[in-house]
Amino acid sequence: MNAVSQTGPSIRFRGRSFMAMTLVADGPLQGWLADFDVWLQRSPGFFTGRIVVLDFADAAQSKADVERWIGELATRGVRLVGLEGVRPSLVDATMPPVLRGGRDATLVVTDNVTVSATTPAEPRKPAEPVNMLVERRIRSGQSIVCLEGDVTIIGSVGAGAEIIAGGSIHVYGTLAGRAIAGATFGANAQIFCTKLEAELLAVDGIYRTAEDIDDAFRGKAVRVSTADETLRIAAL
Amino acid sequence: MAKIITVTSGKGGVGKTTTTAAIGAALARTGDKVVVVDFDVGLRNLDLIMGAERRVVYDFVNVIQGDARLPQALIKDKRLDSLFLLPASQTRDKDALTEEGVDKVIGDLSRHFDWVICDSPAGIERGATLAMRHAEIAIVVTNPEVSSVRDSDRIVGILDAKTLKAERGETVDKRLLLTRYDPVRAARGDMLKTEDVLEILSLPLLGIVPESPDVLKASNMGVPVSINDPNSAPARAYHDAALRLKGEDIAMETPRQRLGLFGKFLRRAA
Repeated sequence: MNAVSQTGPSIRFRGRSFMAMTLVADGPLQGWLADFDVWLQRSPGFFTGRIVVLDFADAAQSKADVERWIGELATRGVRLVGLEGVRPSLVDATMPPVLRGGRDATLVVTDNVTVSATTPAEPRKPAEPVNMLVERRIRSGQSIVCLEGDVTIIGSVGAGAEIIAGGSIHVYGTLAGRAIAGATFGANAQIFCTKLEAELLAVDGIYRTAEDIDDAFRGKAVRVSTADETLRIAAL
Repeated sequence: MAKIITVTSGKGGVGKTTTTAAIGAALARTGDKVVVVDFDVGLRNLDLIMGAERRVVYDFVNVIQGDARLPQALIKDKRLDSLFLLPASQTRDKDALTEEGVDKVIGDLSRHFDWVICDSPAGIERGATLAMRHAEIAIVVTNPEVSSVRDSDRIVGILDAKTLKAERGETVDKRLLLTRYDPVRAARGDMLKTEDVLEILSLPLLGIVPESPDVLKASNMGVPVSINDPNSAPARAYHDAALRLKGEDIAMETPRQRLGLFGKFLRRAA
Protein backbone atom coordinates (compact mmCIF):
# COMPACT_ATOMS: atom_id res chain seq x y z
CA MET A 1 0.00 0.00 0.00
CA ASN A 2 1.88 2.96 -1.23
CA ALA A 3 -1.06 5.17 -2.05
CA VAL A 4 0.84 8.25 -1.03
CA SER A 5 3.10 8.22 -4.05
CA GLN A 6 0.39 7.24 -6.53
CA THR A 7 -0.58 9.70 -9.17
CA GLY A 8 -4.29 10.11 -9.81
CA PRO A 9 -7.04 12.67 -10.02
CA SER A 10 -6.07 15.71 -7.97
CA ILE A 11 -8.50 17.00 -5.34
CA ARG A 12 -8.42 20.69 -4.59
CA PHE A 13 -9.21 22.15 -1.19
CA ARG A 14 -9.97 25.81 -0.83
CA GLY A 15 -11.01 27.99 2.09
CA ARG A 16 -14.19 29.96 1.63
CA SER A 17 -16.36 31.84 4.09
CA PHE A 18 -20.13 32.18 4.21
CA MET A 19 -22.48 34.20 6.31
CA ALA A 20 -24.49 32.05 8.69
CA MET A 21 -27.30 32.93 11.03
CA THR A 22 -27.02 31.80 14.62
CA LEU A 23 -30.06 30.76 16.62
CA VAL A 24 -29.33 30.95 20.33
CA ALA A 25 -30.86 28.06 22.26
CA ASP A 26 -31.34 30.02 25.44
CA GLY A 27 -33.88 28.63 27.84
CA PRO A 28 -35.86 25.42 28.13
CA LEU A 29 -36.80 23.81 24.82
CA GLN A 30 -40.60 23.86 25.21
CA GLY A 31 -40.87 27.55 26.05
CA TRP A 32 -38.34 28.51 23.41
CA LEU A 33 -40.20 26.53 20.76
CA ALA A 34 -43.51 28.12 21.71
CA ASP A 35 -42.01 31.59 21.09
CA PHE A 36 -40.28 30.35 17.99
CA ASP A 37 -43.51 28.93 16.54
CA VAL A 38 -45.33 32.22 17.09
CA TRP A 39 -42.53 34.02 15.32
CA LEU A 40 -42.32 31.50 12.50
CA GLN A 41 -46.05 31.70 11.95
CA ARG A 42 -45.73 35.39 11.21
CA SER A 43 -42.69 34.94 8.99
CA PRO A 44 -43.17 31.58 7.35
CA GLY A 45 -40.43 30.52 5.01
CA PHE A 46 -37.95 32.80 6.78
CA PHE A 47 -35.43 29.95 7.11
CA THR A 48 -35.87 28.61 3.61
CA GLY A 49 -32.42 28.39 2.03
CA ARG A 50 -30.71 30.02 4.97
CA ILE A 51 -27.51 28.79 6.57
CA VAL A 52 -28.28 28.33 10.26
CA VAL A 53 -25.98 27.53 13.18
CA LEU A 54 -27.44 26.54 16.57
CA ASP A 55 -25.63 28.04 19.56
CA PHE A 56 -26.28 26.12 22.80
CA ALA A 57 -24.45 28.75 24.88
CA ASP A 58 -23.02 25.87 27.01
CA ALA A 59 -26.50 25.06 28.28
CA ALA A 60 -26.90 21.58 26.79
CA GLN A 61 -26.78 18.92 29.52
CA SER A 62 -26.97 15.69 27.59
CA LYS A 63 -26.71 14.21 24.14
CA ALA A 64 -30.46 13.57 24.21
CA ASP A 65 -30.93 17.30 24.79
CA VAL A 66 -28.91 18.17 21.71
CA GLU A 67 -30.76 15.57 19.66
CA ARG A 68 -34.13 16.96 20.70
CA TRP A 69 -33.22 20.52 19.69
CA ILE A 70 -31.93 19.41 16.30
CA GLY A 71 -34.98 17.20 15.72
CA GLU A 72 -37.52 19.88 16.70
CA LEU A 73 -35.87 22.47 14.47
CA ALA A 74 -35.69 20.00 11.58
CA THR A 75 -39.46 19.42 11.76
CA ARG A 76 -39.87 23.20 11.44
CA GLY A 77 -37.79 23.33 8.29
CA VAL A 78 -34.65 24.71 9.91
CA ARG A 79 -31.63 22.78 8.63
CA LEU A 80 -28.53 23.26 10.70
CA VAL A 81 -25.05 23.39 9.17
CA GLY A 82 -23.26 23.51 12.51
CA LEU A 83 -23.45 23.66 16.29
CA GLU A 84 -21.80 26.10 18.64
CA GLY A 85 -21.30 26.38 22.38
CA VAL A 86 -21.66 22.67 23.04
CA ARG A 87 -19.21 20.11 24.44
CA PRO A 88 -17.83 17.84 21.67
CA SER A 89 -18.67 14.81 23.85
CA LEU A 90 -22.38 15.52 23.38
CA VAL A 91 -22.12 15.46 19.60
CA ASP A 92 -21.84 12.41 17.38
CA ALA A 93 -21.13 11.91 13.70
CA THR A 94 -24.81 12.04 12.70
CA MET A 95 -25.10 15.63 13.95
CA PRO A 96 -23.89 18.82 12.30
CA PRO A 97 -20.23 19.58 13.13
CA VAL A 98 -19.19 21.79 16.02
CA LEU A 99 -17.97 25.21 14.86
CA ARG A 100 -15.52 27.48 16.62
CA GLY A 101 -14.12 30.95 16.14
CA GLY A 102 -17.31 32.61 14.92
CA ARG A 103 -17.47 36.39 14.85
CA ASP A 104 -20.59 38.52 15.09
CA ALA A 105 -21.70 40.42 12.03
CA THR A 106 -24.73 42.60 11.43
CA LEU A 107 -27.71 41.00 9.84
CA VAL A 108 -31.08 42.59 9.23
CA VAL A 109 -33.80 40.61 10.91
CA THR A 110 -37.30 41.90 11.33
CA ASP A 111 -38.27 40.67 14.72
CA ASN A 112 -36.98 40.30 18.22
CA VAL A 113 -35.95 36.66 18.22
CA THR A 114 -32.33 36.43 19.30
CA VAL A 115 -30.44 36.13 16.09
CA SER A 116 -26.89 37.04 15.26
CA ALA A 117 -24.71 36.13 12.37
CA THR A 118 -21.47 34.27 12.63
CA THR A 119 -18.64 34.48 10.15
CA PRO A 120 -15.86 31.93 10.50
CA ALA A 121 -13.58 34.20 8.49
CA GLU A 122 -13.94 37.15 6.11
CA PRO A 123 -17.59 37.88 5.30
CA ARG A 124 -18.57 37.66 1.67
CA LYS A 125 -21.85 38.32 -0.05
CA PRO A 126 -23.59 35.25 -1.39
CA ALA A 127 -22.84 34.89 -5.08
CA GLU A 128 -26.45 34.31 -6.07
CA PRO A 129 -29.67 35.83 -4.80
CA VAL A 130 -31.73 33.65 -2.51
CA ASN A 131 -35.34 33.64 -3.70
CA MET A 132 -38.34 32.55 -1.74
CA LEU A 133 -41.33 30.58 -2.97
CA VAL A 134 -44.40 30.37 -0.77
CA GLU A 135 -47.22 28.08 -1.86
CA ARG A 136 -50.11 29.12 0.31
CA ARG A 137 -52.37 32.01 1.18
CA ILE A 138 -50.79 34.79 3.24
CA ARG A 139 -53.26 35.89 5.88
CA SER A 140 -53.85 39.21 7.58
CA GLY A 141 -51.06 40.00 10.01
CA GLN A 142 -48.52 37.66 8.43
CA SER A 143 -45.33 39.05 7.05
CA ILE A 144 -43.11 37.46 4.42
CA VAL A 145 -39.65 38.95 4.38
CA CYS A 146 -36.85 38.03 1.98
CA LEU A 147 -34.23 40.72 1.74
CA GLU A 148 -31.83 38.62 -0.34
CA GLY A 149 -33.99 38.14 -3.42
CA ASP A 150 -37.42 37.76 -4.97
CA VAL A 151 -40.58 36.50 -3.33
CA THR A 152 -43.11 34.45 -5.26
CA ILE A 153 -46.47 33.70 -3.69
CA ILE A 154 -48.69 31.01 -5.20
CA GLY A 155 -51.92 32.10 -3.53
CA SER A 156 -53.48 35.32 -2.36
CA VAL A 157 -52.16 37.95 0.02
CA GLY A 158 -54.90 39.05 2.42
CA ALA A 159 -55.63 42.59 3.57
CA GLY A 160 -53.31 43.41 6.44
CA ALA A 161 -50.60 40.99 5.27
CA GLU A 162 -47.23 42.24 4.12
CA ILE A 163 -44.63 41.06 1.61
CA ILE A 164 -41.17 42.63 1.73
CA ALA A 165 -38.62 41.58 -0.89
CA GLY A 166 -35.08 42.65 -1.62
CA GLY A 167 -35.96 42.12 -5.28
CA SER A 168 -39.25 41.61 -7.08
CA ILE A 169 -42.57 40.30 -5.79
CA HIS A 170 -44.78 37.92 -7.77
CA VAL A 171 -48.26 37.10 -6.55
CA TYR A 172 -50.27 34.46 -8.39
CA GLY A 173 -53.54 35.41 -6.77
CA THR A 174 -55.18 38.48 -5.30
CA LEU A 175 -52.80 40.99 -3.76
CA ALA A 176 -54.90 42.72 -1.10
CA GLY A 177 -52.16 43.46 1.43
CA ARG A 178 -49.00 45.52 1.26
CA ALA A 179 -46.20 44.74 -1.20
CA ILE A 180 -42.81 46.36 -0.70
CA ALA A 181 -40.29 45.42 -3.40
CA GLY A 182 -36.72 46.49 -4.08
CA ALA A 183 -35.80 46.78 -0.39
CA THR A 184 -32.25 45.67 -1.21
CA PHE A 185 -31.83 45.77 -4.97
CA GLY A 186 -33.69 49.01 -5.57
CA ALA A 187 -35.29 50.31 -8.70
CA ASN A 188 -34.75 47.16 -10.79
CA ALA A 189 -37.38 45.38 -8.77
CA GLN A 190 -41.01 45.11 -9.84
CA ILE A 191 -44.28 43.82 -8.45
CA PHE A 192 -46.49 41.46 -10.42
CA CYS A 193 -49.89 40.18 -9.43
CA THR A 194 -52.84 38.55 -11.12
CA LYS A 195 -55.44 40.62 -9.25
CA LEU A 196 -54.68 43.99 -7.71
CA GLU A 197 -56.52 45.02 -4.54
CA ALA A 198 -53.44 46.25 -2.69
CA GLU A 199 -53.41 48.51 0.37
CA LEU A 200 -49.96 49.77 -0.49
CA LEU A 201 -47.48 49.24 -3.32
CA ALA A 202 -43.84 50.25 -2.96
CA VAL A 203 -40.81 49.78 -5.17
CA ASP A 204 -37.43 51.14 -4.09
CA GLY A 205 -39.06 53.24 -1.38
CA ILE A 206 -41.53 54.95 -3.72
CA TYR A 207 -45.01 54.07 -2.58
CA ARG A 208 -48.66 54.53 -3.36
CA THR A 209 -51.57 53.74 -1.04
CA ALA A 210 -54.92 52.25 -2.11
CA GLU A 211 -56.36 55.75 -2.15
CA ASP A 212 -53.95 56.84 -4.89
CA ILE A 213 -54.09 53.73 -7.03
CA ASP A 214 -56.14 54.30 -10.19
CA ASP A 215 -59.44 52.42 -9.88
CA ALA A 216 -59.01 51.28 -13.49
CA PHE A 217 -56.39 48.80 -12.25
CA ARG A 218 -58.50 47.38 -9.41
CA GLY A 219 -59.07 43.67 -9.82
CA LYS A 220 -56.74 43.56 -12.84
CA ALA A 221 -53.49 41.75 -13.50
CA VAL A 222 -50.76 44.37 -13.31
CA ARG A 223 -47.06 45.02 -13.08
CA VAL A 224 -45.65 47.80 -10.96
CA SER A 225 -42.28 49.41 -11.62
CA THR A 226 -40.49 52.68 -11.07
CA ALA A 227 -39.29 55.20 -13.60
CA ASP A 228 -38.04 58.71 -12.90
CA GLU A 229 -38.81 58.42 -9.20
CA THR A 230 -42.47 57.64 -9.79
CA LEU A 231 -44.41 54.44 -9.45
CA ARG A 232 -45.78 53.07 -12.71
CA ILE A 233 -48.66 50.65 -12.80
CA ALA A 234 -49.44 48.90 -16.08
CA ALA A 235 -51.84 46.15 -17.09
CA LEU A 236 -50.25 42.79 -17.76
CA MET B 1 -52.06 69.96 27.01
CA ALA B 2 -54.52 67.35 25.88
CA LYS B 3 -56.93 65.37 27.98
CA ILE B 4 -56.02 61.72 27.54
CA ILE B 5 -58.92 59.28 27.35
CA THR B 6 -58.66 55.50 27.22
CA VAL B 7 -61.59 53.49 25.90
CA THR B 8 -61.43 50.07 27.54
CA SER B 9 -63.63 47.14 28.56
CA GLY B 10 -61.74 43.91 29.15
CA LYS B 11 -64.24 41.98 27.08
CA GLY B 12 -64.10 42.01 23.28
CA GLY B 13 -66.91 42.96 20.94
CA VAL B 14 -68.65 45.37 23.30
CA GLY B 15 -68.00 48.44 21.14
CA LYS B 16 -64.65 49.96 22.15
CA THR B 17 -63.55 50.80 18.64
CA THR B 18 -66.99 52.07 17.62
CA THR B 19 -67.01 54.25 20.74
CA THR B 20 -63.49 55.58 20.14
CA ALA B 21 -64.40 56.65 16.61
CA ALA B 22 -67.81 58.03 17.59
CA ILE B 23 -66.63 60.04 20.62
CA GLY B 24 -63.56 61.23 18.68
CA ALA B 25 -65.70 62.48 15.80
CA ALA B 26 -68.28 64.01 18.14
CA LEU B 27 -65.57 65.96 20.01
CA ALA B 28 -63.93 67.03 16.74
CA ARG B 29 -67.30 68.30 15.50
CA THR B 30 -67.34 70.78 18.38
CA GLY B 31 -64.10 72.23 16.93
CA ASP B 32 -61.62 70.55 19.29
CA LYS B 33 -58.44 68.97 17.90
CA VAL B 34 -58.73 65.22 18.40
CA VAL B 35 -56.44 62.27 17.70
CA VAL B 36 -57.63 58.68 18.03
CA VAL B 37 -54.87 56.13 18.64
CA ASP B 38 -55.26 52.42 17.82
CA PHE B 39 -53.48 50.34 20.48
CA ASP B 40 -54.77 47.05 19.07
CA VAL B 41 -51.51 46.06 17.38
CA GLY B 42 -51.99 42.89 15.35
CA LEU B 43 -55.77 43.22 15.13
CA ARG B 44 -56.20 46.77 14.01
CA ASN B 45 -59.71 47.92 13.15
CA LEU B 46 -59.96 51.59 14.01
CA ASP B 47 -58.72 52.54 10.52
CA LEU B 48 -61.62 50.58 9.01
CA ILE B 49 -64.23 52.16 11.27
CA MET B 50 -62.78 55.59 10.45
CA GLY B 51 -62.71 54.79 6.72
CA ALA B 52 -58.96 55.46 6.50
CA GLU B 53 -57.67 51.97 5.67
CA ARG B 54 -56.81 52.97 2.12
CA ARG B 55 -54.45 55.69 3.29
CA VAL B 56 -52.32 53.90 5.90
CA VAL B 57 -48.59 54.14 5.15
CA TYR B 58 -46.87 54.23 8.51
CA ASP B 59 -48.21 53.13 11.87
CA PHE B 60 -47.75 53.42 15.62
CA VAL B 61 -45.02 50.74 15.70
CA ASN B 62 -43.10 52.47 12.88
CA VAL B 63 -43.10 55.67 14.95
CA ILE B 64 -41.96 53.89 18.11
CA GLN B 65 -39.17 52.10 16.26
CA GLY B 66 -38.03 55.31 14.59
CA ASP B 67 -38.91 54.24 11.02
CA ALA B 68 -41.27 57.19 10.63
CA ARG B 69 -41.90 60.53 12.28
CA LEU B 70 -45.18 61.06 14.07
CA PRO B 71 -46.62 63.58 11.53
CA GLN B 72 -45.96 61.05 8.73
CA ALA B 73 -48.05 58.41 10.48
CA LEU B 74 -51.01 60.62 11.41
CA ILE B 75 -53.95 60.36 8.99
CA LYS B 76 -56.25 63.33 8.71
CA ASP B 77 -59.95 62.60 8.57
CA LYS B 78 -61.65 63.49 5.29
CA ARG B 79 -64.81 64.82 6.86
CA LEU B 80 -63.55 66.66 9.93
CA ASP B 81 -60.46 68.88 9.68
CA SER B 82 -59.59 68.58 13.35
CA LEU B 83 -59.78 64.77 13.57
CA PHE B 84 -56.68 62.58 13.16
CA LEU B 85 -55.90 58.86 13.39
CA LEU B 86 -52.72 57.07 14.45
CA PRO B 87 -53.22 53.54 13.06
CA ALA B 88 -51.89 50.33 14.60
CA SER B 89 -49.71 47.82 12.81
CA GLN B 90 -51.34 44.62 11.63
CA THR B 91 -48.18 42.57 11.12
CA ARG B 92 -46.67 42.96 14.57
CA ASP B 93 -47.85 41.97 18.01
CA LYS B 94 -48.37 43.92 21.18
CA ASP B 95 -44.78 43.33 22.31
CA ALA B 96 -43.71 45.80 19.63
CA LEU B 97 -45.11 48.57 21.83
CA THR B 98 -42.65 49.64 24.50
CA GLU B 99 -43.38 51.70 27.58
CA GLU B 100 -40.82 54.35 26.61
CA GLY B 101 -42.10 54.45 23.02
CA VAL B 102 -45.71 54.88 24.11
CA ASP B 103 -44.68 57.55 26.64
CA LYS B 104 -42.91 59.54 23.94
CA VAL B 105 -45.71 59.29 21.36
CA ILE B 106 -48.49 60.15 23.83
CA GLY B 107 -46.35 63.04 25.17
CA ASP B 108 -45.86 64.43 21.66
CA LEU B 109 -49.54 64.04 20.78
CA SER B 110 -50.75 65.71 23.95
CA ARG B 111 -48.78 68.85 23.08
CA HIS B 112 -50.62 69.26 19.77
CA PHE B 113 -54.15 68.08 20.46
CA ASP B 114 -57.01 68.88 22.82
CA TRP B 115 -57.99 65.23 23.17
CA VAL B 116 -55.96 62.02 22.77
CA ILE B 117 -58.29 59.00 22.68
CA CYS B 118 -56.64 55.60 23.07
CA ASP B 119 -58.55 52.58 21.72
CA SER B 120 -57.56 49.69 23.96
CA PRO B 121 -57.37 46.10 22.75
CA ALA B 122 -59.56 43.55 24.51
CA GLY B 123 -58.03 41.63 27.38
CA ILE B 124 -55.97 42.71 30.36
CA GLU B 125 -52.49 42.05 28.97
CA ARG B 126 -49.70 44.30 27.88
CA GLY B 127 -51.57 46.04 25.04
CA ALA B 128 -54.46 46.97 27.31
CA THR B 129 -52.27 48.14 30.17
CA LEU B 130 -50.15 50.25 27.81
CA ALA B 131 -53.29 51.83 26.37
CA MET B 132 -54.53 52.84 29.82
CA ARG B 133 -51.12 53.92 31.18
CA HIS B 134 -51.55 57.63 30.46
CA ALA B 135 -55.30 57.85 30.95
CA GLU B 136 -56.79 60.77 32.83
CA ILE B 137 -60.29 59.66 31.89
CA ALA B 138 -61.23 56.04 31.25
CA ILE B 139 -64.39 55.24 29.36
CA VAL B 140 -65.40 51.75 30.49
CA VAL B 141 -67.55 50.32 27.71
CA THR B 142 -69.99 47.73 29.05
CA ASN B 143 -72.90 45.75 27.62
CA PRO B 144 -75.83 45.06 29.93
CA GLU B 145 -74.96 41.40 30.44
CA VAL B 146 -73.15 39.58 33.21
CA SER B 147 -69.92 38.59 31.47
CA SER B 148 -69.31 42.11 30.20
CA VAL B 149 -70.04 43.61 33.60
CA ARG B 150 -67.66 41.23 35.33
CA ASP B 151 -64.87 42.01 32.86
CA SER B 152 -65.48 45.73 33.29
CA ASP B 153 -65.22 45.32 37.05
CA ARG B 154 -61.86 43.65 36.53
CA ILE B 155 -60.67 46.45 34.25
CA VAL B 156 -61.69 49.09 36.78
CA GLY B 157 -59.47 47.35 39.33
CA ILE B 158 -56.57 47.43 36.89
CA LEU B 159 -57.22 51.11 36.14
CA ASP B 160 -56.81 51.77 39.86
CA ALA B 161 -53.52 49.87 39.99
CA LYS B 162 -51.57 50.04 36.75
CA THR B 163 -51.93 53.57 35.40
CA LEU B 164 -49.44 56.41 35.83
CA LYS B 165 -52.08 58.24 37.86
CA ALA B 166 -52.41 55.25 40.17
CA GLU B 167 -48.63 55.12 40.58
CA ARG B 168 -48.70 58.78 41.59
CA GLY B 169 -51.39 58.01 44.15
CA GLU B 170 -54.13 59.72 42.13
CA THR B 171 -57.18 58.09 40.60
CA VAL B 172 -58.28 57.89 36.99
CA ASP B 173 -61.64 59.51 36.27
CA LYS B 174 -63.67 56.45 35.25
CA ARG B 175 -66.99 56.74 33.39
CA LEU B 176 -69.35 53.98 32.41
CA LEU B 177 -70.68 53.88 28.86
CA LEU B 178 -73.46 51.35 28.46
CA THR B 179 -73.61 50.15 24.85
CA ARG B 180 -75.80 47.79 22.85
CA TYR B 181 -78.66 48.63 25.15
CA ASP B 182 -81.76 47.00 23.77
CA PRO B 183 -84.96 48.64 25.08
CA VAL B 184 -87.13 45.75 23.93
CA ARG B 185 -85.10 43.16 25.79
CA ALA B 186 -84.76 45.49 28.75
CA ALA B 187 -88.56 45.76 28.94
CA ARG B 188 -88.81 41.96 28.82
CA GLY B 189 -86.29 41.69 31.61
CA ASP B 190 -83.82 39.71 29.46
CA MET B 191 -81.03 42.17 30.12
CA LEU B 192 -79.38 43.56 33.18
CA LYS B 193 -81.07 46.80 34.18
CA THR B 194 -79.09 50.02 34.00
CA GLU B 195 -79.45 50.45 37.75
CA ASP B 196 -78.05 46.95 38.37
CA VAL B 197 -75.00 47.63 36.22
CA LEU B 198 -74.46 50.97 37.93
CA GLU B 199 -74.75 49.34 41.31
CA ILE B 200 -72.27 46.56 40.51
CA LEU B 201 -69.68 48.86 38.95
CA SER B 202 -70.49 52.02 40.94
CA LEU B 203 -69.18 54.35 38.27
CA PRO B 204 -70.72 57.61 37.05
CA LEU B 205 -72.72 57.05 33.86
CA LEU B 206 -71.36 58.74 30.73
CA GLY B 207 -74.16 57.59 28.45
CA ILE B 208 -76.41 54.81 27.20
CA VAL B 209 -76.06 53.86 23.56
CA PRO B 210 -78.93 51.82 22.16
CA GLU B 211 -78.42 48.71 20.06
CA SER B 212 -79.14 49.86 16.53
CA PRO B 213 -78.64 48.79 12.92
CA ASP B 214 -77.25 52.32 12.39
CA VAL B 215 -74.05 51.27 14.19
CA LEU B 216 -73.34 48.36 11.84
CA LYS B 217 -74.33 50.44 8.84
CA ALA B 218 -71.90 53.21 9.78
CA SER B 219 -69.10 50.68 10.49
CA ASN B 220 -69.53 49.08 7.09
CA MET B 221 -69.38 52.48 5.43
CA GLY B 222 -66.27 53.47 7.39
CA VAL B 223 -67.91 56.48 9.01
CA PRO B 224 -67.99 57.08 12.78
CA VAL B 225 -71.61 56.48 13.81
CA SER B 226 -71.84 59.89 15.49
CA ILE B 227 -71.44 61.73 12.17
CA ASN B 228 -72.94 59.24 9.74
CA ASP B 229 -76.52 60.12 10.58
CA PRO B 230 -76.39 62.73 13.38
CA ASN B 231 -80.09 62.30 14.11
CA SER B 232 -79.95 58.56 14.69
CA ALA B 233 -80.37 57.38 18.27
CA PRO B 234 -76.79 56.10 18.74
CA ALA B 235 -75.38 59.30 17.20
CA ARG B 236 -77.32 61.45 19.66
CA ALA B 237 -76.19 59.27 22.57
CA TYR B 238 -72.54 59.64 21.57
CA HIS B 239 -72.89 63.40 21.08
CA ASP B 240 -74.37 63.81 24.53
CA ALA B 241 -71.56 61.65 25.96
CA ALA B 242 -68.96 63.85 24.23
CA LEU B 243 -70.54 67.00 25.66
CA ARG B 244 -70.56 65.41 29.13
CA LEU B 245 -66.82 64.76 28.70
CA LYS B 246 -66.43 68.47 27.98
CA GLY B 247 -68.06 69.18 31.30
CA GLU B 248 -71.55 70.09 30.10
CA ASP B 249 -74.52 69.00 32.12
CA ILE B 250 -76.76 67.07 29.74
CA ALA B 251 -79.77 65.14 31.00
CA MET B 252 -79.42 61.37 30.67
CA GLU B 253 -81.81 59.77 28.23
CA THR B 254 -82.69 56.10 28.60
CA PRO B 255 -83.56 54.60 25.23
CA ARG B 256 -87.14 53.45 25.25
CA GLN B 257 -89.04 50.93 23.27
CA ARG B 258 -91.07 52.76 20.65
CA LEU B 259 -94.60 51.44 20.72
CA GLY B 260 -97.45 52.14 18.36
CA LEU B 261 -101.00 52.34 19.64
CA PHE B 262 -101.52 48.69 18.91
CA GLY B 263 -98.40 47.74 20.84
CA LYS B 264 -99.47 49.79 23.84
CA PHE B 265 -102.85 48.13 23.78
CA LEU B 266 -101.33 44.65 23.63
CA ARG B 267 -98.92 45.38 26.41
CA ARG B 268 -101.69 46.54 28.69
CA ALA B 269 -103.75 43.51 27.85
CA ALA B 270 -100.90 41.14 28.62
